[in-house]
Amino acid sequence: MTGLDVLLTAFGVLALASGLLAVTSQQVVHAALWLVVSLGALAGLYLLLGAEVVALVQLLVYVGAVVVLVLFALMLTRAPTGRSDDLDSPRPVRVLAAVVGASTTVLLGAALLAADPGLVERRAETGQARPLGEVLFASWVLPFELVSVLLLAALVAAVAVSRGRESE
Amino acid sequence: MHLTVPALVAAGLAGIGLYGVLARRNAVMVLVGAELLLNAGVLLLVLTDLGGAGRAPGGDPLLSGQVGALFAITVAAAEIGLALAVVLLLFRTSGSSDLRRSRSLGEAARPVEDGDPR
Repeated sequence: MTGLDVLLTAFGVLALASGLLAVTSQQVVHAALWLVVSLGALAGLYLLLGAEVVALVQLLVYVGAVVVLVLFALMLTRAPTGRSDDLDSPRPVRVLAAVVGASTTVLLGAALLAADPGLVERRAETGQARPLGEVLFASWVLPFELVSVLLLAALVAAVAVSRGRESE
Repeated sequence: MHLTVPALVAAGLAGIGLYGVLARRNAVMVLVGAELLLNAGVLLLVLTDLGGAGRAPGGDPLLSGQVGALFAITVAAAEIGLALAVVLLLFRTSGSSDLRRSRSLGEAARPVEDGDPR
């Protein structure tokens, strides 16, 4: 159990605990902020694993853009700022959801533990900007362009959905 | 380092995200659960680039795991932008973002006014 393993465990526990708080919190804004903590802990996890560009993109896109979008949506849908009682489904649905979630975790965990590679060395040089950028713009340039077309399509679709037909 | 802890974190996040999608009633809270589910997948993608049975020595030269993670994050951002636009439209037409209160989301459910281009 090296120091890196201890740090991985710490960030992992932080990500799981804040994720659990994000889905069970009874105040919407607190849930969005716990999501920030969870995504930030995941970015720290990527940094520890050596995937530096992925960690930075996670911080920029997920924490910086996605959570801000969630907060804006909460503001625009007049979300209650205090404690709210109608955020969760009734108790039987919640128990069923907890059973489904727990069994998914157990199933995935068992499959991943069976494929455990054991001790691996941390290769930080493949996660840095230069090797990742070289391979992204040399071998993955076609998916890269397709993803930008996808982003354009999502943007146009979001504008089309929110305009409706009143504005003609 | 051992990759068991990040792998178990990915499994736990998938279960937590699934609970969030199934148990929440507020539309934006369902999206928070969906984001956690997506992050579990992205974490697994990053883990495949670092270790695993039958890997070539020196790892994958194409860095498919990390590049896949970058694309997955981008697609998730596009998806949540569109999903929140739909949530805002739902709020505008039905007055609340409670998913149990609105049963019809499609265009056919709305009454057709005169002069509609449809």
